[in-house]
Formats: sequence, structure tokens, C-alpha cells
Amino acid sequence: MDLRFTPDEIAFRDEVRAFMRDALPAPIRRKMVEARRLEKDDIVTWQRILNARGWAVPHWPVAWGGTGWSPVKQYIFHEELQQAPAPDPLPFGVNMVGPVIIAFGSEAQKRRHLPRIANLDDWWCQGFSEPGAGSDLASLKTTARRDGDSYVVNGQKTWTTTAQYADWIFCLVRADPAAKKQQGISFLLIDMKTPGITVRPIQTIDGGREVNEVFFDDVRVPVENRVGEENRGWDYAKFLLGNERTGIARIGTSKARIRRLKEIAALERAGDKPLIEDERFRTKIAAVEVELKALEMTQLRVVAAARERNEPDPASSILKIKGSEIQQAVSELLLEAIGPYALPEETHDDADRWNEPPIGPEWAGPLAPHYFNWRKVSIYGGSNEIQKNIIAKAILGL
Amino acid sequence: MDLSLTDEQRLLKESVERLLMDRFGFEARQRFMAEPAGWSRALWQSYAELGLLGLPFEEKHGGVGGGPVETMIVMEAFGRALALEPFLATVVLGGGLLRRGADEAMRSALIPKIARGVLLLAFAHAERQSRYDLADVATTARRDGGGYVLDGAKTLVIHGDCADKLIVSARLAGARRDRDGLGLFVIDADAAGVSRRGYRTVDGLRAAEVVLSGARVGASEILGEPGKAFPLIAQVADEAIAALAAEAVGAMAATHEMTVDYLKTRKQFGVPIGSFQVLQHRAAEMLIALEQARSMALFAAMMVEEPDPTERRRAIAAAKVQIGRSGRFVGQQAIQLHGGMGMTMEYKVGHYFKRVTAIDALFGDADHHLAELARLGGLIGAREAK
Ligand SMILES: Cc1cc2nc3c(=O)[nH]c(=O)nc-3n(C[C@H](O)[C@H](O)[C@H](O)COP(=O)(O)OP(=O)(O)OC[C@H]3O[C@@H](n4cnc5c(N)ncnc54)[C@H](O)[C@@H]3O)c2cc1C
Repeated sequence: MDLRFTPDEIAFRDEVRAFMRDALPAPIRRKMVEARRLEKDDIVTWQRILNARGWAVPHWPVAWGGTGWSPVKQYIFHEELQQAPAPDPLPFGVNMVGPVIIAFGSEAQKRRHLPRIANLDDWWCQGFSEPGAGSDLASLKTTARRDGDSYVVNGQKTWTTTAQYADWIFCLVRADPAAKKQQGISFLLIDMKTPGITVRPIQTIDGGREVNEVFFDDVRVPVENRVGEENRGWDYAKFLLGNERTGIARIGTSKARIRRLKEIAALERAGDKPLIEDERFRTKIAAVEVELKALEMTQLRVVAAARERNEPDPASSILKIKGSEIQQAVSELLLEAIGPYALPEETHDDADRWNEPPIGPEWAGPLAPHYFNWRKVSIYGGSNEIQKNIIAKAILGL
Repeated sequence: MDLSLTDEQRLLKESVERLLMDRFGFEARQRFMAEPAGWSRALWQSYAELGLLGLPFEEKHGGVGGGPVETMIVMEAFGRALALEPFLATVVLGGGLLRRGADEAMRSALIPKIARGVLLLAFAHAERQSRYDLADVATTARRDGGGYVLDGAKTLVIHGDCADKLIVSARLAGARRDRDGLGLFVIDADAAGVSRRGYRTVDGLRAAEVVLSGARVGASEILGEPGKAFPLIAQVADEAIAALAAEAVGAMAATHEMTVDYLKTRKQFGVPIGSFQVLQHRAAEMLIALEQARSMALFAAMMVEEPDPTERRRAIAAAKVQIGRSGRFVGQQAIQLHGGMGMTMEYKVGHYFKRVTAIDALFGDADHHLAELARLGGLIGAREAK
């Protein structure tokens, strides 16, 4: 057993680190450091930079742009990217629909979509959840009626992240109304420009507009846009969700946020000294750092095991739960660090006021919205309660 | 000991709750937020008619002579409704400072106007560097002829944007964080040398940054003895905390009810999600947190007029710790148990969450008061050596 990276891995880490330092545009890096919202352009710009380097989809097969890195190198890459801190490549494309198309899609689908996903020529969104189907995803009701060479899709998706930017949506639909729950589900790729699709934004408690309702009214989708077999969609969805959960620990992101927290705590003053010298506050940060180190070691163990197993580990639920708890704990400490300056509402969305100086320290503005917004990480991707159910069933056999 | 409400208090509770139920639904709140002041002047007049704006004041000043329990009752109702109006700023803070600190001439000139709803006040005290330290005041008051000249910058002045008059703390003597040397000055909000920048806070309420540059106040517009204002500031801040504790309890109680309702109605896997034991336990834990908070809000109301300032401070600090912790737990779990719904601006529960978050950051958060309580020796004295 050896915790240290090999010389080869260290050289790789340094290479990635140098790339992140040199290639990440400063304005994007600043937004990431400060926990500000990114624009569509930021994410597109960055992913294209990564893709130009051949690093947008490292985990894909080499034939489709993957790097062939070992799990350890993939881990190192992701860790360095998050610590930079750089935006993750758009997960709906590279982590969700991309791997599904690779594993179950047709050759035509691969050729058509994979290069455009890697280069973020197409923005994808995830049309799984519905008003009546959240944790109980398999109860979804959106229908796809076969009509010649097309499906006619009717229904509603909700909580669809960045549907307002999307060129494509991948959807779970019910093509066979007779089949029972999980069995009747199919996986469709739908062009967002198709007539009959309406996107309506949902504002979240932090004031952002990242999620949407998406309505389908007699939307015609060519049968060739179905992934894999009809009625096998649930299997593909499970495959996808397994992949979704592994990326969700966000250890590098938490490290970057803790660095930011310490920076801010050194600037904030509590009484006659910097907040970072306040014993109580320092202790609270250290306690989170312990949790994070433990999680990092757990992640490394999963990475090491994946070398032999080659499939998602049910222990990824542990990563999801702990990762989200840690991210939320850090968001609370960031909020506490700014003390009363949690109060002013950010006005940067407000066209008349964008150039006014911020109220209080310039680092404070995004942190209350970040705290509010980050409540989502224990809800989406399978809520933490659902993750615990998975642990109880799949790991413990209860 | 008696922890029950009197008939009159019960009547007060019912009438405030009814008024808010009739006039302050969630849609009305959205509408009021869009008004120029960010809250409803019409509703403010209704508060006046109901006697709420004269609640803590003497009858001879147009008040109703209520005490901390009455304030608690009203604030709890405001918490439930997510009220937006400047009651804390005008009646609790401004009114509290005047009631306790002003001479009779000023009291009889100003307090009746508060009670009638025609005078709005704000307490311009916190400064950029002060964080939660009430004594940390860099704004200066320089004697000049018969009066004073004020210079400095005040921050996070709750409802300072709509106030007619500001009560400004400023330093007459001493170093920046000394408790001695502070004065409180009453100044027209649009007086020469006073500039304000109003803004919304994350909970949908309003605040202002206030800059004083050579602002003049007359000698009669100082509260109490010049240089000796700290005990008054500390007392009124504690009254504000007691009031906020009650407001937080109202918000938490409503949050909890909404969540339990949601657990009963939202179905997943063919059953109400409230049938999952893990969520039942979570709702039970939320109730425990709520009841602990309610108890401490009650404790705060009963201790806020305790004559021994150290005893009072310990009690209020303890209450603020409990409120902060319970508020965070109840708020976060309410969002979690609502799933995606909890994250939406259109749905009320997120707004409660934001209000209790804001309350924690007002007049010192849970950590701040926990440290202070520890410094003051906690609540239980060590056994005395005989
Ligand atoms: C910001 C955000 C972005 C999202 N983005 C997307 C997206 O892009 N695409 C998409 O398809 N979806 C997306 N989602 C939806 C997300 O996956 C769902 O919110 C999630 O699955 C929970 O479903 P729900 O909101 O309906 O809550 P519900 O399923 O109604 O859950 C409510 C509460 O009940 C609990 N619960 C439910 N079942 C059980 C059980 N069996 N045992 C114990 N507890 C249970 C939950 O944990 C939760 O606390 C997003 C959600 C959010 C908040």
C-alpha cells in the first residue's frame, strides 16, 4: 500500500495543473473562486478549450475522444480541474447522455452526437423528472405514441437544468402504456427546436433561473432518435444515474471552496483580529477538513477498486451523501464568515444597478445565494434519503 | 409561575393573526414587495388602528402599555405571515430607544406619531468593521456650538431607506471599541449631510447604507447622557433579539406545518411520502427544534426586562443561540423534505428559510452569542464554596 502517487502520476498531475493555470480564462476562474453564477458562454468557452487539448471527455473510449487514462489519472485530472477551480464539462452531455449513447446507441447516433457533445456544439439537458415523478422516477407519465417512423411525445418534464440553453434533451418516456412501471420506459433524444416544445423558467430561492419546466405537445420525434431498444429505457437510466453519482462528491470543488473560505476569514475581522484567528471558527473549518480528507480517501479507495471492477460502485452513494453534506457545510461556513453581510440581496441581475458598488465587502454578495442554492445538492441526483435507501438495500441487504 | 396568556393577550393574538390572514397572504406579500417602499403603507395604517404601533408605549403617549409578551405575540404572528413592514425598526428599535432614552419632551413629541403610524424610525448603528460588536463605533460626534456634528458611515440599517428619522450612534470619546463614549442622536433622515442608499435584503425586507458627513443635530436631540449610551444600546438590542426570536418561532412553526402537510399530500412510490419512517423522524426532530426555540423565545421575553444586565445578556444570548440553531435545522430540513418544490421562489417555504437565515445574522449569530454566553460563565453557576 502506498498513498503517494507514482512519479508518472506526479508528472501527470503537474502537467494538468500547469494546463489549468495557463488555459483557464481569468474571468471564468474568478467567477468560480467567488462562487458566482456562470453564463452559458463561460461553460462553452472552457469546454472547447479542454476539447482542443483532447481533455473534454477523458473517460470516453479513445475512439470517441477519450484519453485512455487509468482511473487514478482520471481522478487526478478531475481533482485538478475542480481545484483550479474550473467548471466541470457540461455533465448532461459528457457524463450522462454521452456514455449512454456510447454503451447503447446506434452507430449513427454516435457519429452524429458524440463529437458535438465533446465540443459542446450541442447543449444537452436532462428530461427525467416530472411533477409526479421525482424520487419515484419510474412513475413518469410522459408518453411517446408510435406513429409510423415517429413517436409523438406528450407530457411534462420539470426541474430541467439549463433547458433554456439546450439544443437537445434526453428524455425518459412511456412508449408502451400497457407495460408496468419500469418496463414501459424508453429513452429518446429530442431536438429542442422541434415544434410543440415549450420551456418555462422556474426561479429558485437564490434568485437564479437554472431550472425549467419543459412541456411537450404532440412533439414528433423520429424513431431513429430512440436509444437502444424500446422499453429498455429504465436500464439505460440506471446506468446513467450510476455514472451521475460518482462525479457528485466534488472533492476538488470543496477544497477550492475551503481555500476561499480561509481567504475570506483572513480578511473578515471579528473584534480586534481576523476571523481566521478566532479559535471557534478555525475549529469549525478544521472539522470539515477532516470530513473532507476522509471522503477523499474513500474516493481513492473507490478509484482503486474500479481498476479491478470496471463498473460503478454502490459505494458511490456514500460519496454522494458525504460529498453533498460537506459542500453544504462549507456553504454554511462561507455564510457565517461574512456575518451580517449575508443580508444584502445581490443586485447584479438588476439592469439599472449592475455598476453600483456592492454593499459591504465585494466577496460577500454571492455567498448567501450560494448557501441557498446549494441546498439542491442533497436533493438532486437522487436525494440523500434515496441514497441511504440504496445503501440499506444494495449494500446492507436490508 | 404562569406561562399562559391573559385574556387580553389572547385577544391581541387573535386579532393580529386575523388581520394578517385577511390582508397578508403570500400573493399580497409579493405585491407589497413591489410597492415603492417594499411594504404596504395601507397595512401599516391598519397596524396603527389595531394599536400594534403603540404596543410598548405608555398610554399617555398614545400607546397601549404592553410588555415583552405582547411584543412576542405580535412578532410571532409577523413571523408566520412573513411580514415586511418596519415594525422592528420603528417600534422595537426606534421606539425602544426613545421610550427608554429620550426626555419627556421628545417622547411626547415623537412617540404618539409612531403609534399613529405617521413616523418611521430606523436605528443607524452597525458599521462596516463592527460585525456583531455593539460597542464598535467609529462614527464621530463632535461638539459644535450648541449641538453636534456627525461624521461616519452606517451599514445594514434595517428599513433605513424609508425612515423619517434615524437614531444614529456616534462616538463622543474613547477608542473605537470602547463601551464608554457613545452617544445616540436623533436626526431627520433627509437632513443636510445625511445620504442613504436603500436596497433589498435576501429575505425580501429592506435596509440602507447611511453616510453622515457633517450632519448637524441640536443639543436636545441626543438620547440620555452624552457618552453613556452603551447600556441603552445593549438593552434595546436585546429587546430586538427577543422580538426576532418570536418572529423566528412564528416562521419556524409555519415552516413545520407546511412540511407536515406536504408529507401528508405528496405521493411517491404510490404512497404519501409521510409514510416513510425516516421522514416521520425528521419531521419529529423539526418539531423538537421548533419547541426548543419556542421555549427560548418565551424565556427571552420574560428575561428581557431583567434589571441585572449580565443576567439579561446571558438569557438573551442563550435564546439567540437556540433560535439560530433551530432555525437553521428547521429551514434546511423543510427544503429537503419538499424536494425540488422547496427550492422554488414561487413556493412559500423557501422564503421562511431565508427569513430565519437572515434573523440569525441580525444582532449576532448563534456562534457570536454562544461565545458571549461562555464568556459570561454560561447559564448555570458553579457550586459555591461554603
Ligand atoms: C436544482 C435542481 C436541479 C435539477 N435538475 C434536474 C435535471 O436537470 N433533470 C431532471 O430530470 N431532474 C432534475 N432535478 C430533479 C431532481 O432529481 C428531483 O428533485 C429529485 O429526484 C427529487 O424529486 P422531487 O423533487 O420530486 O422530490 P420528492 O421525490 O417528492 O421527495 C420529497 C422528499 O421525500 C423524500 N423521499 C422520497 N421518497 C422517499 C423514500 N422512499 N424514502 C425516504 N424519503 C423519500 C425525498 O428525499 C425528499 O426529501 C433537479 C432538482 C433540483 C432541485
